[in-house]
Amino acid sequence: MERILDVNDLHVSFDTFAGEVKAVRGVNFHLNKGETLAIVGESGSGKSVTSKAVMRLIPDPPGRIKQGEIKFGDRDLSKLPEKEMQKIRGSEISMIFQDPMTSLNPTMTVGKQIMEGLIKHQNMNKAEAKERAIELLKLVGIPDAEGRVTQYPHQFSGGMRQRVVIAIALACNPRVLIADEPTTALDVTIQAQILELLKDLQEKMGTSIIFITHDLGVVANIADRVAVMYAGKIVETGTVDEIFYNPQHPYTWGLLGSMPSLEASEEDLIAIPGSPPDLLDPPKGDAFAPRNPYAMKIDTEMEPPLFKVTETHYAATWLLHEKAPKVEPPEAIKKRLRGMAPDEPIIATKDGERNV
Amino acid sequence: MGRYIGGRVVSMVITFLIIASLTFFLMKLLPGTPFNNQEKLSDAQIVQLNEKYGLNDPVAVQYFNYMTNLLTGDLGVSFQQDGRQVSTIISERIGPSAYLGFQSLLVGTILGLFLGIIAALRHNSFWDYGTMVIAVLGISIPSFVIAGLMQYWLGVKWQLLPVAYWDGFAYTIMPTIAIASIVVATIARFMRTEMLEVLGQDYIVTAKAKGLSSTAVVIRHTIRNASIPIITIMGPLVVGLMTGTLVIERIFVIPGLGEKFVNSILTNDFPIIMGTTLFFSFLFILVILLVDILYGIVDPRIRLAGGKE
Repeated sequence: MERILDVNDLHVSFDTFAGEVKAVRGVNFHLNKGETLAIVGESGSGKSVTSKAVMRLIPDPPGRIKQGEIKFGDRDLSKLPEKEMQKIRGSEISMIFQDPMTSLNPTMTVGKQIMEGLIKHQNMNKAEAKERAIELLKLVGIPDAEGRVTQYPHQFSGGMRQRVVIAIALACNPRVLIADEPTTALDVTIQAQILELLKDLQEKMGTSIIFITHDLGVVANIADRVAVMYAGKIVETGTVDEIFYNPQHPYTWGLLGSMPSLEASEEDLIAIPGSPPDLLDPPKGDAFAPRNPYAMKIDTEMEPPLFKVTETHYAATWLLHEKAPKVEPPEAIKKRLRGMAPDEPIIATKDGERNV
Repeated sequence: MGRYIGGRVVSMVITFLIIASLTFFLMKLLPGTPFNNQEKLSDAQIVQLNEKYGLNDPVAVQYFNYMTNLLTGDLGVSFQQDGRQVSTIISERIGPSAYLGFQSLLVGTILGLFLGIIAALRHNSFWDYGTMVIAVLGISIPSFVIAGLMQYWLGVKWQLLPVAYWDGFAYTIMPTIAIASIVVATIARFMRTEMLEVLGQDYIVTAKAKGLSSTAVVIRHTIRNASIPIITIMGPLVVGLMTGTLVIERIFVIPGLGEKFVNSILTNDFPIIMGTTLFFSFLFILVILLVDILYGIVDPRIRLAGGKE
């Protein structure tokens, strides 16, 4: 499979008055052509920072990419001059943001906002760009695109605005689309529509998607592969089936256990105790150890490497070491995992049965 | 939009009439009468003049007469200048005042916006701190102090610029600086805050993510949005500028409307007081209306709220 993006040993830090916050601490992942990679993790795990680093949109100062490479084709985005990076942003790699209510400029018509990228990257004149903007609005499912193109963002609903944001991102047929929690700010019915739209567009355009989210329900719906982040590191990565049916890292167990579902009774909802570590001064050893009921002595001494489970499945936990005691996920979580089988449709949409 | 403006014009007329009435009665409370401080006039002449201008009538009658004349566009005649028309005097005097006002506003706004934008883009740098020092000085030092200092140093000590009077461009420089200082300071401070606010907005990241150059992001997405609140403060600022001009014209002996206004109060020249006050009020009201209309043009959200959907 063709690798389109390859991130190696990425470190991103923010210089604050209190000291250096190590938000991303050695992240490795890759993105294959046409697939959807979901990066999941709780707030502050570094998932958004990782994606912004790929776009080189980390405000500098205070943020900076400390080390590592972001290979995109034969270029290393982490070292590209700003001028070159501007040519890639919006044309080869695009981004969709979390809150459609604030990510559009309120004083500019949506048409103009879509046209900007086209004029910049594809040397279109205004008339051509406007025509393409109308096409794009139709593509993302906005009715009466000709009339809507001259309207302002406040004349659109939240879901419609997110469609406009998607149209802006897809304007120049990017090879990679980074969606940073694109459905978090939307209500559930609109969420489902937007996910459908993204899947549909991916099929039509062959775009690779990095999908940042903390919502495992969304992951099950959209992703091919999953990377679980904790405290600035990827702790487990694998295909959707591997992560949902055979999770190895206690943190992934915790995430799956804390996900509400229709079958689960109230007691089954398990919170992960404690709170994420302070990345101003990351703990020695495994950052998850203080919250991990299965932590061993070595977890407080040494960081676990990524252990290989299968060709596509890796997890950074000492529990996978051959000398470690065999540990099974807690019974409640196992029960939940059985209940979450993707073959079992929870919601049926007009074009078939889907899991949401 | 048309209906909105129509409604605004009606309320403007009412405001104007209220101002006219209040000024009239306040003026009547001034000590003295127009002719009692002129030694050249005999008592008989004063009585005659008072009779001629209707000053012996009850205040209510005088008020009624004045308002009727006002509504027909007649501002009356000056008591002190051989019965010359007030409207003629205003139109003669408006030139230097208008010139000075516009020049100060233009220089002040452009310089203020420039400094504010630089300060925000170079946040926490030498430029930022430098601009803010200028802004604080500009706001806290009264314009007449700046005027006096400039007259002493630039005019008298170094002989760079004419100390006073109105005779060509060189004469406009010092008064312009004195009046514009407050404009520069206010706008620079506001623009800086607004720019920083807008630069932190999500849609700026969206614009960057489109691959726009930082110049395009600043010009197309930041400055426009940051200037919306600036338009709101332009109203009060222009008003302040006009009143500031009154003092500055007197300091630099500029034959403008402000100078005339101050003199008319000192000599109880009632029609001139009324005429100039109403003229200034009219400008104030007009500026506020213009600001509101401009606001609607720049910010589409307001445009729709006020008019059709």
